[in-house]
Amino acid sequence: MSETIAAIATGLSQSGISIIRISGSEAISIGDKIFRTKMKDHILLDAESHTIHYGFIYDGKELIDEVMVSVMKSPRSYTMEDVVEINCHGGILLTNHILELVLKNGARLADPGEFTKRAFLNGRIDLSKAEAVMDVITSENEIALKTSVRQLRGSVFHIIKNLREKIIYEIAYIESALDDPEHINIEGYGKKLLSVLEELVFDIKKLLDNADDGKVIKEGIKTVIVGKPNAGKSSLLNLLVGEEKAIVTDVAGTTRDALEQFIKIKGIGLHVIDTAGIRKTEDIVEKIGVEKALQFTEEADLILYVVDASVPLDENDFEIFSLIEQKNKIILLNKTDLVSVVTEEIIKEKYSGNCSVIKVCATEGEGIEELQNEVQKMFFGGKIYSDNEIYITNVRHKEAIRKTYESLLLVKDSVSLGMSEDFYSIDLMDAYTALGTVIGEEVGEDLVDEIFSKFCMGK
Amino acid sequence: MAEIREKVDVCVIGAGHAGCEAALACARLGLETVIFTVSVDSIALMPCNPNIGGSSKGHLVREVDALGGEMGKNIDKTFIQSKMLNRSKGPAVHSLRAQADKADYTREMRRVIENQEHLTVKQAEVCELLSESYKDKNGIIEKKITGVKIFTGAIYESKAVILCTGTYLRARCLCGEAITYTGPNGLQPANYLTESLKNLGIEMRRFKTGTPARMDRRSLDFSKMEEQFGDEKVVPFSFSTNPEDVQIDQVSCFLTYTNEKTHDIIRANLDRSPIYAGIIEGTGPRYCPSIEDKVVKFSDKDRHQVFIEPEGLHTNEMYIAGMSSSLPEDVQLAMYRTVPGLEHCKIVRNAYAIEYDCINSVQLKSTLEFKKVKGLFSAGQINGSSGYEEAAAQGLIAGINAAMEIMGKEPFILDRSEAYIGVLIDDLVTKETMEPYRMMTSRAEYRLLLRQDNADLRLRQKGFKAGLVTKEQLDKLLDKRNKIEMEINRLKNTVVGASKKNQEFLQSCGSSILKTGTTLAELMCRPELSYHILAEIDSEREKSLPLSEDIVEQVEIEIKYEGYIARQLRQVEQYKKMEKKKIPENIDYHDIPSLRLEARQKLISFHPSSVGQASRISGVSPADISVLLVYLERFQRGESKE
Repeated sequence: MSETIAAIATGLSQSGISIIRISGSEAISIGDKIFRTKMKDHILLDAESHTIHYGFIYDGKELIDEVMVSVMKSPRSYTMEDVVEINCHGGILLTNHILELVLKNGARLADPGEFTKRAFLNGRIDLSKAEAVMDVITSENEIALKTSVRQLRGSVFHIIKNLREKIIYEIAYIESALDDPEHINIEGYGKKLLSVLEELVFDIKKLLDNADDGKVIKEGIKTVIVGKPNAGKSSLLNLLVGEEKAIVTDVAGTTRDALEQFIKIKGIGLHVIDTAGIRKTEDIVEKIGVEKALQFTEEADLILYVVDASVPLDENDFEIFSLIEQKNKIILLNKTDLVSVVTEEIIKEKYSGNCSVIKVCATEGEGIEELQNEVQKMFFGGKIYSDNEIYITNVRHKEAIRKTYESLLLVKDSVSLGMSEDFYSIDLMDAYTALGTVIGEEVGEDLVDEIFSKFCMGK
Repeated sequence: MAEIREKVDVCVIGAGHAGCEAALACARLGLETVIFTVSVDSIALMPCNPNIGGSSKGHLVREVDALGGEMGKNIDKTFIQSKMLNRSKGPAVHSLRAQADKADYTREMRRVIENQEHLTVKQAEVCELLSESYKDKNGIIEKKITGVKIFTGAIYESKAVILCTGTYLRARCLCGEAITYTGPNGLQPANYLTESLKNLGIEMRRFKTGTPARMDRRSLDFSKMEEQFGDEKVVPFSFSTNPEDVQIDQVSCFLTYTNEKTHDIIRANLDRSPIYAGIIEGTGPRYCPSIEDKVVKFSDKDRHQVFIEPEGLHTNEMYIAGMSSSLPEDVQLAMYRTVPGLEHCKIVRNAYAIEYDCINSVQLKSTLEFKKVKGLFSAGQINGSSGYEEAAAQGLIAGINAAMEIMGKEPFILDRSEAYIGVLIDDLVTKETMEPYRMMTSRAEYRLLLRQDNADLRLRQKGFKAGLVTKEQLDKLLDKRNKIEMEINRLKNTVVGASKKNQEFLQSCGSSILKTGTTLAELMCRPELSYHILAEIDSEREKSLPLSEDIVEQVEIEIKYEGYIARQLRQVEQYKKMEKKKIPENIDYHDIPSLRLEARQKLISFHPSSVGQASRISGVSPADISVLLVYLERFQRGESKE
């Protein structure tokens, strides 16, 4: 029998309710040692599975908290072991106190991910779910975690399932034409398949390209600083980074290329890109910079738009307004140490879109706190994180998708070489199988090994 | 009353295509074998289509031959037309099909059977299977076959019994409202054995199949049809047949089509079809449908192919392929007469459907032995398959395995990456077929490796090991393999320079000229060039004896499709990984609580031998397999720690 483990399941925060989870053969008896109702003690032992009980936690004779305790008996629980969950009043001190009580009474503190590990080992969750959960546990920041959670919840699942369906349809068509040539015509099929392949290759390529982004996303939200030349974009970057990274001059158009930095704001990873100032220009080098800036703007998850508050808004600003209209953005009124001609009211008047405006002085470091708070608010509010893109964050998945891509290209080759149709299905099948391993519809033996090595041999 | 009691090693029940192969295999392996048939005159009868082979079935025949079976040799001796199908497609789907002279085919096989040492033919209906209970090594009580009892009461004691009853068990034939309780061609059915099987705890099913009409050749107008000729150069089925011996004068088949008038008649009379009227309880084959089924299923098609095939050289009967039916006689006649060329047809034998008892084949192991009854094997249509070739393949494997068991040797099992036979049997024992199972190329995952042209290279050695292939045949194979390898090596290592002669030659072939030197093998990969074409610039070739055509074919395929073959081999590697994960005999599926109920029940009842096999059982999902894998991994790690 495995040891009984316990941990705070809700994360430490100032929430109203916290949950302490206990799992293992001793879970119920440990619960009974500290939980009492008004009527009697040791209520959990005789409790039906999946029932919840009102009562109190005692440390010896001392009443600690008024709680609800639920009991889930093996195998009908997340870990498939006996599980007791104590719903207590939130607060770090109180929750920790109860956890300590549980540990004192015979449980061991759970390792990160250990409940899931048990769920997996006891066969409660399948490989692909276990894999995503593993990503959750090992992900470095909240964004990576969100991606993993989304993977677990199934956005990758649906996209891949869809692609697989398209592939299997073609395989089925070829195969039935081979089996029943009288009724299923395969004349000119190659041409039709080519156009399907084009689409598939396009979609897979996008997933694959995003997989590279996936790496970046583990390190931060794509944040792009935009603004007119000399609005103070580079100063802002320097302020955020805390070192002189960008060249800061008062000559407009100094940043002709883009600069990239990784920073952390209140634990949230940001991948910040400083861009060339956006303005109509004839200078060829600067023009390239501007085009790049526009492209970055397009791809950004978050825009920091720096406005020089000391000079009036002009057509370049309006241009930028329209560029970032659909984006998550914060407008920064810079150079507040100078005389402001642009105010928050003017921005709100000229720009009808909903966004927050913060006054800063990049050279002096003013307003940085407000900016940080705003970023944090947007992140936890779920605002910054574009929901329509799918990121492949798992190396094994990326490898499978790369295989799919290559196999589809091989099919294209076969078609253009004029091979007969029966050859197509070899590589189509490879593509189909590789995709299946991402969503657990094909069981790769390698995955079992990998998970075992990560899950079981580690911690 | 004096009772006859004989003692033999093996009893084979039925002398159709499965029974013949099973009995020959056992007898050739030295076991005293008796083969029972309700009519000695119907040994290896072809009660339906007059041909052997065809798409994917041709593969089976070649594999049976490579393993030392008889079907390929027999058709080589008795064919009257032969064709390699799908020549325009890749080599994986090339398939040999030969029209047989049915009477000759039967006669030849009977001659072989009757002259086989250790083999006795007995005309009798087997009515009862005899068995006894015994304790196995774990003390569990199991059933074991001990022999059979025939209708007269005579008993044949044996160590193994192979059921090859075809479509004869409680058979009934339907032609519209006219129903006869007979086997095919009006032969005597076997009415008692089903009960005996049920008493042994075996689950039975009822399937149906059908056959089209036979017509008097003199009543048909062939000028309205397309003539179909055989190949100019015939390829024999058997690897032992000398290709020169099969270059004979061939007869023609003819192609015509149904039309809307045909379909109208069928649609108007569907209520009189025993299937649509609900008189037939059996399930019919989806892939070999009756004309009624085709008209209903493909309602958008305005015509269907009809092939008119001779039944033999010494008969006027013509087989109307593609128009099997169970409609009443008057509807049949009207329907057939709408087809161009058949306007004045005279029907010799009506089309009919036949219903018969068969077993649920998931009760069998991959050796075709029943899991529940030791020594009882089953092959052919009784296993729910359809087709002569499928039957022969199973008969051979059941025969070999019965012999292996009696001789105390390892079972003989082919997997899905080794042979179509492996695919066929694995499908039968893992997938619950709810209709007659027909072999098809699409069922074979690794078909580029399982070509009909390399069946000998794949299987001869296995046949030798089983004892059905002679040393001489094996040596011939090894010599062939050696020559193929040497020639491929030579072509890969012979560099062709960009000489004027070579460039001119390439240009004359419509091929692009060389920029640098290249190998002959690389040139062969170009679609417009072939081994024979390249002879002109392959100066070394003249120095040795020319290679035989079958060797050239292998060399060409292996070089031209090298990339595809390599990728398919990788797929096989993946497949084998799962096949190699064996499930312990004593696994307790109740011990894995997270298996879904359906999966657990299926796994308990199928008792798969490997994770790979488990994954193919219908009702077992990939998630269940991952649960199983995790369990096994823990099980293993746990054991190795101890």
